Amino acid sequence: MSIKQEHNHNVEEEKEYSILNLGPTHPATHGIFQNVLKMDGETIHEAEPTIGYIHRAFEKLAERRPYAQITPITDRLNYCSSPINNMGWHMTVEKLIKAEIPKRVEYLRVIVMELSRIADHIICNTIIGQDTGATTGFLYLFQFREHIYDIFESICGARLTTNIGRIGGFEQDWSKTTWDRINKFLVDFPKGLSEFAGLLERNKIFMDRTIKCGPISGEMALSYGFTGPNLRAAGVDYDVRVATPYSSYQDFDFVIPVGTAGDTYDRFMVRQEEMWQSLNIIRQAIKNLPEGPSHANIPDFFLPPKDQVYNDMEALIYHFKIVMGETDVPKGEVYHSVEGGNGELGFYLVSDGGRTPFRLHFRRPCFIYYQAYPEMIKGGLLSDAIITMSSMNVIAGELDA
Amino acid sequence: MSELVANIKTYLDEKFPGELLSAEMLYDFPVFTVKHHHVVDVIKALKEDPQWNFHFLTDLTGIQTEDEKHLGVIYHLHNMYNNNRVRIKTFFDIGKPEVQSLTVLWPAANWMERETYDFFGIRFLGHPNLKRILNVDEMDIFPLRKEFPLEDQTREDKDDRMFGR
Repeated sequence: MSIKQEHNHNVEEEKEYSILNLGPTHPATHGIFQNVLKMDGETIHEAEPTIGYIHRAFEKLAERRPYAQITPITDRLNYCSSPINNMGWHMTVEKLIKAEIPKRVEYLRVIVMELSRIADHIICNTIIGQDTGATTGFLYLFQFREHIYDIFESICGARLTTNIGRIGGFEQDWSKTTWDRINKFLVDFPKGLSEFAGLLERNKIFMDRTIKCGPISGEMALSYGFTGPNLRAAGVDYDVRVATPYSSYQDFDFVIPVGTAGDTYDRFMVRQEEMWQSLNIIRQAIKNLPEGPSHANIPDFFLPPKDQVYNDMEALIYHFKIVMGETDVPKGEVYHSVEGGNGELGFYLVSDGGRTPFRLHFRRPCFIYYQAYPEMIKGGLLSDAIITMSSMNVIAGELDA
Repeated sequence: MSELVANIKTYLDEKFPGELLSAEMLYDFPVFTVKHHHVVDVIKALKEDPQWNFHFLTDLTGIQTEDEKHLGVIYHLHNMYNNNRVRIKTFFDIGKPEVQSLTVLWPAANWMERETYDFFGIRFLGHPNLKRILNVDEMDIFPLRKEFPLEDQTREDKDDRMFGR
């Protein structure tokens, strides 16, 4: 080895990295995540994520709460699509108590869940636009999220953390206002979404910015436990709604969009198409909506109407038993999963017959797939890391539970 | 579906004699309880044997038994090709909560095992970076164990002895 070569070799060895703290409160990460990055100039050499900044001990809390009182906890997991979490939890309990749910309730649930999927994807996709420099789409499409929240408000009274529905169905049948708002949304939103798609989908700057940014292969994605749009963007057509249909999803005709490269652009495009498919599902649900009651006949779990509570002995007894947590719950353990906004949201519930769960575990999709983040951004630029994170749809509430 | 339980039971009994403690169908889910020494080998066989091909780790979490003397780990595996799922359970003494790490099979197990360690104190042998993940590093308890009750102990209106759990 010549002296010159040896000198060069030494220079390699002494390369100096700089340490950069991205977060915990950084405007570009949209949430409280910390990433300690080891940077070589502008290139990321290593990343170490720290999470848990908004951990609220949901699993411990759930062990001291009757089943109905756990619904508000699930609101705060993925708070961009709370109704999906609420419905997933109701269905888990219904599976445990083997309740039979009327078809109408299942269709109404599908409408609510698909509306919240649209709300969830609106946030994620417009934020990708925002982070690549296109603020217009973000500000424009957010109006439609407000319209979806108006619909939720007229169903249950709440907008963001909805606590929507009850174990067994809905608290009441939907009002005319609700249906008017849904019908108006079904007319207005496609126009807005088309305009948004026109702004970004074939936009040269956007495509240059997002294609080959933060890619992940299908095998990698599976081994890291990816689910939802992120997995489908990598080319695996797994969707809980089709694989294990719940709430009558088998009655609906819809397409599961898949990508090929698993990069930011594919993740964006999968979500775009899913919004169209959700609209399609909502239209089918309205068209084929069965008549019938808006809740199951399970007086042990479903609160009776107030006028009956005040005037009818039996209703009063049921009301008291539910509110005081004196209902008999069967022993057993169930796992139920729904297709959340960002992946398979699972509930593992163990009941020992008590008024509260013995153990409740949430399978939180973004907690599981966020651990692939260091791998995905390694060797890329810092600015790519930012939009990779936006496109993964990591929601701090769900990440930290 | 119960056919699947029987088939896997035969397979595991043959391949790992004495390891399988129970095989049953709980609601819509095949559930297998195995001894903790070889749980990773059992899962590896279910993952890599082409006739089972449980290639996806859906979930991994901890649990404490009702007698509070044992801890357990619950694995949910999934075969997406024919949409079969299984739940593997394993239990061990709370005094020596140790089990082999699943990170050798799936990188996804990394954070799930860290979370389980964080909340139950289960040590996963062979884990590359077993430290707390959601709680602060300085915490000296394992909060999901039943010995750390949640609510203020001065409250009496929800006393388990009076009302049942």
